[in-house]
Amino acid sequence: MPTPIRLRDLIRQIRAARTAADERAVVQKQCAYIRTTFREEDNTFRCRNVAKLLYIHMLGYPAHFGQLECLKLIASPRFTDKRIGYLGAMLLLDERTDVHLLITNSLKNDMNHQTQFVVGLSLCTLGSICSPEMSRDLAGEVEKLLKSSNAYIKKKAALCACHIIRKVPELMEIFIPATRSLLTEKNHGVLMTAVVLITIMCELSPDTLAHFKKLVPNLVRILKNLIMAGYSPEHDVSGVSDPFLQVKILRLLRILGRHDSEASESMNDILAQVATNTETSKNVGNAILYETVLTIMDIKSESGLRVLAVNILGRFLLNTDKNIRYVALNTLLRTVHADTQAVQRHRSTIVECLKDPDVSIRRRAMELCFVLINGSNVRTMMKEFIVFLEKAEPEFKPACASKMFYAAEKHSPSRRWHLDTMMKVLTTAGNYVQSDVVANLVHLISSATDLHAYMVKQLFKAINQDISQQPLVQVTLTWIEQPSCRDSANSGVDL
Amino acid sequence: MIKAILVFNNHGKPRLIKFFQYYSEETQQNIIRETFQLVSKRDDSVCNFLEGGSLIGGSDFKLIYRHYATLYFVFCVDSSESELGILDLIQVFVETLDKCFENVCELDLIFHVDKVQYILSEIVMGGMVLETNMNEIVTQIEAQNKLEKQEAGISAAPSRAVSAVKNMNLPQQIKDIKLPDLPSIRNLQF
Repeated sequence: MPTPIRLRDLIRQIRAARTAADERAVVQKQCAYIRTTFREEDNTFRCRNVAKLLYIHMLGYPAHFGQLECLKLIASPRFTDKRIGYLGAMLLLDERTDVHLLITNSLKNDMNHQTQFVVGLSLCTLGSICSPEMSRDLAGEVEKLLKSSNAYIKKKAALCACHIIRKVPELMEIFIPATRSLLTEKNHGVLMTAVVLITIMCELSPDTLAHFKKLVPNLVRILKNLIMAGYSPEHDVSGVSDPFLQVKILRLLRILGRHDSEASESMNDILAQVATNTETSKNVGNAILYETVLTIMDIKSESGLRVLAVNILGRFLLNTDKNIRYVALNTLLRTVHADTQAVQRHRSTIVECLKDPDVSIRRRAMELCFVLINGSNVRTMMKEFIVFLEKAEPEFKPACASKMFYAAEKHSPSRRWHLDTMMKVLTTAGNYVQSDVVANLVHLISSATDLHAYMVKQLFKAINQDISQQPLVQVTLTWIEQPSCRDSANSGVDL
Repeated sequence: MIKAILVFNNHGKPRLIKFFQYYSEETQQNIIRETFQLVSKRDDSVCNFLEGGSLIGGSDFKLIYRHYATLYFVFCVDSSESELGILDLIQVFVETLDKCFENVCELDLIFHVDKVQYILSEIVMGGMVLETNMNEIVTQIEAQNKLEKQEAGISAAPSRAVSAVKNMNLPQQIKDIKLPDLPSIRNLQF
């Protein structure tokens, strides 16, 4: 049996294949070699073969015959073997196979290993592929590691605990005592994973949420230190100190302050501070501001703070970066019902977004504008919408037309304006108008008896111009059939 | 939570795939294909967020991607992650790769996919962000690489030994031995 080729030679061979059939041939040949080597139980080259197998797996070929080999690698005492073995386990195994149960013992042993990296590998793997049974077996070990003095291990243990709790929520109680002390750590990695762990606990269980409300002052203090600390080179990203940690803390504050006025009260100051002090020239500052705005809108904040939040969103809308605009529109959409007045102030900017080149931004702007229509601005808004409808993609037209109809019905200042607008919508949207709009429109026209003569002229003119528009023709014909139309005809209207 | 991390090139060939939720191999490849189709259509001037496709998506998922030269880095996340935060995270990941590989390019990712996976596991674990400090990540990776190298030594590279022996051309080497010149008998003085 010749020496198995190295991973990079395999990659070269596969890349040299000109067609998909060639590639398949190379892969099959190599898989056959690998299978033979596995059968020979050769320890020396196992790790190289598994690495090749993982590469083949990434390209889409089946690799399940390598699962047992990964287990053997994990059980080996060498770090190199364990590394590739655990990687293989994460990529090839899942809780549906029976094989994964066999690694529980190895995981337990490796969690007590002296080398921190081996402990790290086992925690990482447990966090990725744990099943409820494995979680129950190993939760105790993970909890012990949570109290270790090594920051590298602590942060991995915290995230592993997150997964265990997600799989088996009853195990949450084991981790609660250790979690509180995690917040006093100086290491930012540990802090961040601790905040994430607490966030997940609070999301899963309202009792734990109540228990952790006491932590709000601690969180506020940590956040304050981050902002006021000045320049700290190890955590600095573009001039902002550890934005990832700030964002996670803001998210946790949001969950703790929701529906709770007392907790929200204690957060008001720090939120105002973050909102006014953060540097907005780079994406990092904007990410923090975005999270702050979401938090302000969700908790029971005071009205001044809410206005500040909406103003920040308004500023975002004017930002040249399209991601920021998207995010601002998204947030406004979520919060507009709570604070319609404040959002109205930015209506003109939002209307401008209807003309943005990016389709996702246009869609959100459209939805937001519909919510903002009211009696006083309906005429101008409808004008904008007709322009929008003309240039819109086909996927937008049906929804837009229907929504325009309902908006017009709710807020129209006069019948005649209403009918005019609906005519424009019909002719602009053409065949995309939906049937419920057609039915409603017929009903509307029939009831507007004084305008029948006018309507007849309009419909006739429109059909003359373009008879291919089915909804338009439908409306006309259905209406002509109606008794009310015949009555008008009998009473002397010139049809 | 991050549901999946995909890196593929401008032609849709996968360079790194990591799923944090179980999907069969066929589904995984379909997801990669679908994501590539969605992402490659996007112009560079539109925003970097997309509603997820039908296979991996659902209402709670979005794709957040960044396009660097020939590679697309796509993170598929649910609503608990901040979109702008994930953009920064992709930046951290790429900068870390750059530091570990010295001016990283697509070839590095092709030939060292296992090393890239190890770097990724120091940043994202089980779908959640583990560490964002670049220096910390690089330090840990270098320590682990050193550990591997220490173990390697001679014993773990039997192939090198075997191929060294095979390449030794003994007859030729014997011919090539330069023996020192013997002093000629004529010059010997008794």
